[in-house]
Amino acid sequence: MDKEPEREVPAGETVYEALKKRGVSRRDFLRFCSMMAAAIALPSVFSSRIAEALDAAKKPYVVWLEFQDCAGDTEALLRASKPTVADMLLDVLSLEYHETIMAAAGRQAEKSLQDVVRGQKGEYIAVVEGSVPVKDGGVYCCIGGRAASEIVREVCTGAMVTIAVGTCATYGGIPAAEPNPTGAVSVQKAVPGTPVVNLPGCPANVENITATIVHFLTFGSLPPLDAVGRPLFAHGKRIHDNCERRAHFDAGQFARRWGDEGHRQGWCLYELGCKGPETFQNCPTVKYNEGTSWPVQAGHGCIGCAEPAFWDRMTPFYKRLPPPPGFGVESTADSVGAGLAAVTGAALAAHGIGRLLSGGKKEGKES
Amino acid sequence: MQQKERIRVYTWEFPVRLTHWVNALSVLGLSVTGFYIGNPFMHAVSSSEYIMGWMRFIHFVSAYALLMSVAVRIYWAFAGNSYASWRAWLPLTGRQWRNLVGTLKFYLFMSRKPPRTIGHTALAGLVYLFVFGLFVFEIVSGFALYSLTHQGLLWTALGGWLTGVMHLQTIRLYHHLAMYVIAVFVAAHVYIAWYLDLTERSGLVGSIFSGDKFVTDREWE
Ligand code: HEM
Ligand code: SF4
Repeated sequence: MDKEPEREVPAGETVYEALKKRGVSRRDFLRFCSMMAAAIALPSVFSSRIAEALDAAKKPYVVWLEFQDCAGDTEALLRASKPTVADMLLDVLSLEYHETIMAAAGRQAEKSLQDVVRGQKGEYIAVVEGSVPVKDGGVYCCIGGRAASEIVREVCTGAMVTIAVGTCATYGGIPAAEPNPTGAVSVQKAVPGTPVVNLPGCPANVENITATIVHFLTFGSLPPLDAVGRPLFAHGKRIHDNCERRAHFDAGQFARRWGDEGHRQGWCLYELGCKGPETFQNCPTVKYNEGTSWPVQAGHGCIGCAEPAFWDRMTPFYKRLPPPPGFGVESTADSVGAGLAAVTGAALAAHGIGRLLSGGKKEGKES
Repeated sequence: MQQKERIRVYTWEFPVRLTHWVNALSVLGLSVTGFYIGNPFMHAVSSSEYIMGWMRFIHFVSAYALLMSVAVRIYWAFAGNSYASWRAWLPLTGRQWRNLVGTLKFYLFMSRKPPRTIGHTALAGLVYLFVFGLFVFEIVSGFALYSLTHQGLLWTALGGWLTGVMHLQTIRLYHHLAMYVIAVFVAAHVYIAWYLDLTERSGLVGSIFSGDKFVTDREWE
């Protein structure tokens, strides 16, 4: 079991030691632990439990696979200008394989993946970004001559846990949108039966990825998940219910057009198609880029990117509801309603006139 | 006057009349507030107002009223008199089928007299069944949306389960569209009630207030 792969990775180092080397003070570390306890919705007493666990936990091996993706989740992870401990934690994990950022290339890169998959079976964390095409034998995404569907099966079935990051890996995302030419599926569908935790979002939030890993390192188990495989601590509440513009919603203050008075006043973006009422994520509290901002704060409605099938179902992004099926993309529920009202009015009026013409006489005769 | 030869028949029992008016009022309230939720046509001047808040509150209170009313009416479809019975909603007998065809002919000016009916015509029965289906759909889809913020067994049972079957945006769309279908029904329903009252002289419009209809000897056989 303790067969170390013959490489210069300083395995055996604990998470805390690795962070310390990166210049994280004990105080910062403990603050991070209590932040994580809060993030995974645990009472603050658990922060010492987390600290203990990270003090002792060996840095786990991590392989980061990319398939049909835009590397946006990788970007989100790397773009931190002033990395928080959360960003660094991902960095200091023994990231053994990550196509976008690893120095090795070609055969050498494939070998480091094989080293982990063979040498650390059941001991590593697999992170997957991007969807997996399965149509036509999976020919639409091949790495080193092997289909993504084959790689993902090998890597994820041997992992102690698989984390799907971003909406493509979790629900197929944009590659799986109608008409889904490559037969793209989520990681969970590509490896049925394997435990996968879904961290959707476009991109997934680094804080949530870190908190999920911390939960795993501390308790040895996945955090509680919702019906579509997302951790409840990150996806248990609606955007709309934590939104800073919610008071404007309740009051009845809405931006109607981009740049109008209401928009400049920072009113609710509901009428501009905000999907916050249909989307479950902690964006309003955690935000992005070290807590700098998030879409609604920046003046753009939520597009529901953390929900299954968002590209097909949350569109049009700037209208509240999808067009009624069968009436063309320009129609709205209300234009169809207005049409129905007009037809009904006309039919009833015609009937009334018909009665006057035909029935009027009849009545006279009968009485 | 014709009224003299007519027999008074107690047709619509109290629960039927009560649920009819609770339905009417709550559907009206739900439609006005629902329309606002879909298209907030009034804007608040100050942040201390609570227009959307009140609209949603009224929507949810009326929603519970509609729920109770539909439940009572369904119960009465099994417990009430023959005019209230669920059998009146479905053309099960040959007589009902003849009535259905006759009613259609009458509305299309193909015959002069409506078929003799005391309770619902067979056509009306079918339409009411459809409208009750719409109410049930509005209740289920409405509580599906409501369950997003109200977790609990009750709301899961009343509609929350739907979120596992339909996408939230699809639920919202059909919840919204069904409002217009109900509005078409209401318009036709009021028109026909008035029209029949005029031609049949059975006191149809009054009957939903008092319960009594006035029919001729031949109808009362
Ligand atoms: C005749 C019955 C009803 C009508 C005509 C009606 C109409 C509407 C309409 C037009 C909307 C706006 C939808 C949109 O554009 O997004 C709406 C929203 C809603 N309705 Fe209804 N509704 C009815 C019954 C119910 C019932 C029984 C409930 C149960 C609780 C309900 C709960 C809701 C909820 C929760 C919303 C969304 C509110 C929000 O997100 O703020 N509705 N309704
Ligand atoms: S901006 Fe969007 S999420 Fe925020 S209150 Fe308005 S509708 Fe809800």
